[in-house]
Amino acid sequence: MQRAIAALTSRLVIVVPYLWLLAFFLVPFIIVFKISLSTTAIAMPPYEPVMTLSNGIGAFFAQFRDLHFDNYAWLGGDPLYMRAYLSSVVIAAISTFLALLIGFPVAYGMARAPATLRPTLLMLVILPFWTSFLIRVYAWIGILKPEGLLNQFLLFTGIIDTPLVILNTHTAIFIGIVYSYLPFMILPLYASLEKMDYSLIEAANDLGCPPISAFWKITFPLALPGVIAGCLLVFIPAVGEFVIPDLLGGSQTLMIGKTLWNEFFANRDWPVASAVAIILLLLLVVPIMFFQQAQARAQEQGK
Amino acid sequence: MNSLGSIRRSFAPWTDPSAKPYIEFRNVTKRFGDFTAVNDLSLSIYEREFFALLGASGCGKSTLLRMLAGFEEPTSGSILLDGQDLRGIPPYRRPVNMMFQSYALFPHMTVEQNIAFGLKQDGMAKVEIEQRVAEMLKLVKLSQFAKRKPHQLSGGQRQRVALARAVAKRPKVLLLDEPLGALDKKLREETQFELMDLQQKLGLTFVVVTHDQEEAMTMADRIAILDKGEVMQVATPAEVYEAPGSRFVAGFVGTVNIFEGKVSAREGVAATIMTDGGVIRSENASDATVGSDVAFAIRPEKIKVSSKEPAPGIDNAMQGEVYDIAYLGDMTVYHVKLPSGQVVRASALNAARVTEDPLTWDDTAWISFRPDAGVILTR
Amino acid sequence: MNATWSRFNIVSITLGFAFLYLPIVLLVIFSFNESKLVTVWGGFSTKWYSALFRNQGLMDAAWVTFRVGLLSATIATILGTLAALALTRYTRFRGRVLFSGMVFAPLVMPEVITGLSLLLLFVAIGFDRGFMTVTLAHVTFAMCYVAVVVQSRLVSFDRSLEEAAMDLGATPVKTFFAVTLPVILPAVISGWMLAFTLSLDDLVIASFTSGPGATTLPMKIYSQVRLGVTPEINAACTILIGIVTLGVITVSVVNKRREVQRQRDEHAAQRG
Repeated sequence: MQRAIAALTSRLVIVVPYLWLLAFFLVPFIIVFKISLSTTAIAMPPYEPVMTLSNGIGAFFAQFRDLHFDNYAWLGGDPLYMRAYLSSVVIAAISTFLALLIGFPVAYGMARAPATLRPTLLMLVILPFWTSFLIRVYAWIGILKPEGLLNQFLLFTGIIDTPLVILNTHTAIFIGIVYSYLPFMILPLYASLEKMDYSLIEAANDLGCPPISAFWKITFPLALPGVIAGCLLVFIPAVGEFVIPDLLGGSQTLMIGKTLWNEFFANRDWPVASAVAIILLLLLVVPIMFFQQAQARAQEQGK
Repeated sequence: MNSLGSIRRSFAPWTDPSAKPYIEFRNVTKRFGDFTAVNDLSLSIYEREFFALLGASGCGKSTLLRMLAGFEEPTSGSILLDGQDLRGIPPYRRPVNMMFQSYALFPHMTVEQNIAFGLKQDGMAKVEIEQRVAEMLKLVKLSQFAKRKPHQLSGGQRQRVALARAVAKRPKVLLLDEPLGALDKKLREETQFELMDLQQKLGLTFVVVTHDQEEAMTMADRIAILDKGEVMQVATPAEVYEAPGSRFVAGFVGTVNIFEGKVSAREGVAATIMTDGGVIRSENASDATVGSDVAFAIRPEKIKVSSKEPAPGIDNAMQGEVYDIAYLGDMTVYHVKLPSGQVVRASALNAARVTEDPLTWDDTAWISFRPDAGVILTR
Repeated sequence: MNATWSRFNIVSITLGFAFLYLPIVLLVIFSFNESKLVTVWGGFSTKWYSALFRNQGLMDAAWVTFRVGLLSATIATILGTLAALALTRYTRFRGRVLFSGMVFAPLVMPEVITGLSLLLLFVAIGFDRGFMTVTLAHVTFAMCYVAVVVQSRLVSFDRSLEEAAMDLGATPVKTFFAVTLPVILPAVISGWMLAFTLSLDDLVIASFTSGPGATTLPMKIYSQVRLGVTPEINAACTILIGIVTLGVITVSVVNKRREVQRQRDEHAAQRG
């Protein structure tokens, strides 16, 4: 009896969060896929019902004939969507690279800081993450716009004589993504750099390897798990980013997150929005699986 | 210590065929996947015994202890405590308590609360709990540390809290997993005697797991030597040392010289063995039969080393040369290389400041020993 | 000063932190700007703060956000802690790979996808959009963050503490509440705080899943920001930043103090 209760509680520990995630994470994807095969309708919800069980099993199977892949054909036929996917990936990739370029020296500097200072530095990296994403993006509008603080400063110091146009360009999106996701890059980098034994570098130097070469031969390979984790943490969400291109990129920017949002909220075309989401998901499945494996490995090593 | 010693000497229930074992492992096997941690093991432990499970890491000793505590169930076989089969009884219903290797003191509770934890689970009255805790604190001499948290204690103090917590419920058996493992050498020696003293005072049955042979030899009434999930020998410390049952046990406990050979003759308890080093005559032949391959095991302190041939034609004398000398202060260990290539260790107590028979590197030396000094091992 | 901490390291850290903090600092400064032109300094004033508190729409949204945050963070903490326990304690059960996948994927999943898929679920099951749907959505993605935070603490948890409790007669359930939970509590609390701020912060998922009467503060801020930068929004942001900063700093100072005290105690214990 005691054993049975113990077994039941241990079962509950798994079953409760499992069911929750199945119901609210996995099942919704299936529904998204289902709706993506529907057509838009002027109704609430604004799509034709698909694959319902309400008319019995026979009718259920008959419905297979009515499935529309039109939405996917539509996405494939319109170069706008393809360009949006492509430019999302390119923008995310460039931003990820820039974030790595900025994040690495910072993480390296933190890892080599005096041990007493490190917790404070770490907290300073985490703190912006706790403040609202929206607010942090919003803050850049005031800085980047033509009469904004950056231009005022540059004009004042005489570096430029006509205001730079940054807001509503790709540059603004790069700045926004790098800025917002920098802590996600720094944290895993720092975690792997801090674990590194610095006598390894000394040993390399001692064996005749100059510092720059030692960096590429010792430091970087050892930090690689952190580099991979950091890049995935920035790249994956950046591809589907909505707020940054919307607020900083202006109307001309083409990013798929924004396209999805517009299809859904402006055009109220739920089936097309669903198809956009499904393609985006397929695009990200490989990096997401990489990320999960990296997480699982890190977890194993933690033990 | 004297009175304690005399009690110990008369305590030997395992020699009494009518005595009932308190703890019994009956053909216990435990597998983890493909790995067999304990293999068809049977063992009896008697009430009030201080019993040690000795072995290298991975020999299954901790698994035995954990099965007794209820953290693991045997794959097959049964474990009996005081006549009751323990199968299916969860750890929190078993009348045994454990002192953990890491001490496992609850970091968010004071010393007092740690000790009271088990008593509270039993639903004991508050006044009684207070009394028992105070008694326990006094027993382990920690009364003035009652309000401290574990991190405010030294290693030795933590060890005593863990001990007090485990004995507070007056369990039928106290299980100790490497109880002295985390202490430094000096403290370990002191604590060994404290543990023995405590066991006598409380009259409890102790089962201790250790990899330290000295610890087992000092404290235990009997030792079970385990290897690869099987019992190699169960005996008193003296028996284990003087009459090891197998090559493994002889090699595991203390230092030993092994001569491999073949039995050429047997008369009574004695046997003659032909070895590469020479002819050996031993009076502890056990079950060796003529023609069988056996080993002769002898401890270094039982071998005499001298520069001269002891007496012409004497049994158990071999000539070699001094290969190495280690001066250890209280004794000197000579490594003598025989013509066969075997290196024999012989130790001599440094009773006098100057040895009358000085030997040095590469000297010719004779080793000799009495016929009753070693044992013949058939396993 | 550590000799290996070179000038290069100091410069890169300084620049990095300047980049991280300058925008926020500027935002805070300009929330005290007298002028309505957000980027031209017109003298110190707190008038935008009082305007803020008179803005009923913003206040209502703040109240909704606060309630959603409290409720979703609490449920997410319970579910996330359970998920963390399942992941660290049970290395083998059917569907474990899928389970760990579902725990880690939401951490990187683009919010537009999560938002859309949850909305379609609620519509499919005929759940009216509003306070409850936003809360459920927030629970779902926040519980994964909680699971990661708690899991990292559980990995280093000494299992013999639980065995000791059971050995002393505590049932598994009692053991969890008497020993496991108190020991991992700091991680559970920071998991809760993280879940709360994530909920406070979220625009995209809330926009998809919320309905009439459940406009959250980020949604309100977003709709105003789209019309342009206003000092009033600066003020609202400053208050939010202030609350979060205060919370995070308090927690870390308390933890730091406790750690220092702990080290001092341990030192003292070793000496005598």
